[in-house]
Amino acid sequence: MRQRRWAVVATYIGLGLLAGLFLVPFYIIVRNAFSTSSWIASPAWHLLPNQFGLTNLNKLLSNTNVGLLQAMGVTTIVSVTQTTLTVLIAAMAGYAMARLVPLRGAMRRAGSVVLSLTLVTLMVPAAVTFVPSFVMVAGLGWVSSFRGLIIPVLFSAFAVFLYRQFFEGFPSELEEAARLDGAGYWRTFWSVVMPNSLGITAAIGTITFIGAWNAFLWPMLIGQDRAYRSVQVALSTFMTSQGVDVPQLFTGAMVAIIPVIVVFIVLQRWLVEGVERSGID
Amino acid sequence: MSAPTVDGATTTSLRATTSSSGWRRAVGGRTFWFWVFVAPFLTGLLLFVYVPIGWSAYLSVFDARNTVTPRPDQFVGFGNYLSLLTDSAFLTSLGTFTVFTLGIVPLTYACSLGLALMLQRIRVARTFFRSVFFVPTAVSYVIASMVWRMSIFNGARFGLVNSVIRALGGNPVSWLSGDTPVYWVVLVSLRLWLQVGFYMILFIAGLNRIGKDTYEAAALDGASGWRLFRHITWPQLASTSAAVVLLLVIGAFQAFDEFYNTLATIGNYPPFARPPLVYLYLISLGGGTQNLGVGSAGTLILTLVIAAFGIVQLVITRRLERSR
Repeated sequence: MRQRRWAVVATYIGLGLLAGLFLVPFYIIVRNAFSTSSWIASPAWHLLPNQFGLTNLNKLLSNTNVGLLQAMGVTTIVSVTQTTLTVLIAAMAGYAMARLVPLRGAMRRAGSVVLSLTLVTLMVPAAVTFVPSFVMVAGLGWVSSFRGLIIPVLFSAFAVFLYRQFFEGFPSELEEAARLDGAGYWRTFWSVVMPNSLGITAAIGTITFIGAWNAFLWPMLIGQDRAYRSVQVALSTFMTSQGVDVPQLFTGAMVAIIPVIVVFIVLQRWLVEGVERSGID
Repeated sequence: MSAPTVDGATTTSLRATTSSSGWRRAVGGRTFWFWVFVAPFLTGLLLFVYVPIGWSAYLSVFDARNTVTPRPDQFVGFGNYLSLLTDSAFLTSLGTFTVFTLGIVPLTYACSLGLALMLQRIRVARTFFRSVFFVPTAVSYVIASMVWRMSIFNGARFGLVNSVIRALGGNPVSWLSGDTPVYWVVLVSLRLWLQVGFYMILFIAGLNRIGKDTYEAAALDGASGWRLFRHITWPQLASTSAAVVLLLVIGAFQAFDEFYNTLATIGNYPPFARPPLVYLYLISLGGGTQNLGVGSAGTLILTLVIAAFGIVQLVITRRLERSR
């Protein structure tokens, strides 16, 4: 028994040290955001910042080369729209693949082709096909537009797959009761199935939102015009620009990280559930 | 969608099993609604995944520079494929991916499993620790690269790691210059920090699926500590492990953001540490001319590589399941 108590104490010490290590990057962002350039670049590492207050934030917001507020606006529009539409499209498709696959004949085979296409897409990650996607969007003339930023990334086989798994375990009694009350497939889905699937929807929504907010390659390819530059692209461009102002850069990082951290903390329970489901095969 | 239609649809669908075919049955039936529900996704999937891949396959046999609609006289047959497969830089990028994978996959696997097992042993503050290890998942690769490149692994004396090295009496290390392969420490630790919490959650879910009675039976047999892990816990995690390794390798194959943001300078990317997507970007879209022919050929080769990996993984998993 005493040996076990020591093991628990050792586990807590180990976890405490690791937790400290994991929080170092967050500490660095905050320290640099509230320091002066020379303070950051001085040979001895300063543990504490030396410039509290909004000086760096004000300088950053008036820095037209970065355009942080506009970039935050673009990213907000893209992330919110992408999350909403991805969830709606995937929920419908996942429900169809779990519950409505045609039972007989050629339609049954067509239904299983749709399912196979989805599973194959799951195997080939979207990032690998960025050249074809860019070709398509360029062909449509959608470079530097919200359409180009949002529409091609709405169709997530992963989200469909998660919804399908969830709906396969959905209690069919609820649907049957709605059916007996005279509701059709459409109304059953929207007024009975979806209201009882808020957990999985929150999970998929959170994963999609964080992915959309943090995306880099696609927004960089499509948001070529400054008016369509995402916050990640703006920060990346600022970082690799001549004579970058380090405190301003990290202030930008801090501002850009706040929305996802808030979403993370508020919806963590659902996020955990979503991640857990993504590992089940 | 008006209510009468929906109601009409329901009554006909209930009758559909016995009545003969007809328009009303088709509209009200399950098959009809299957296509309605699946239509938005299917249209998007075809239009933004399959049509582009087809278009790319077409472009890949043309010398398509700065155009998505090449002229017939720009036809080059398999020239783009041949030049890529004999391009040592392209082959090196596959080697870079292999080195990166051999570093990041075992390390993430071991660390995420280790964290999950540690969290299982404690009761107080378990959620707090889980959140701390999980929260980096919400940080973008761009911002993580910023912290790693400009502060933690800054090659100057004031970098955090260099400060520690100097305090211990060593000389500052030039982490990202490429003179030595130490840049792998930067890239691997960055991805490890960002993704380990995600896989820890997967392992916690896997551990929770192991029944209490399994452990109780093992405890009756006198198993504990390492033996308990080796003979009970780890084998029970086989399917979780398979999923984790598959996701880790697919993730490593897609690596782009942290390489680009850690190593690129103004309009320039160093000649080392170019994984496949970075190389593909640099030769097809990143430079002055957009060489979409070669880029398309490269995409199809990489798609085949990742698909082949998936198939091999599937075959191995099936074999293991059968032998058990």
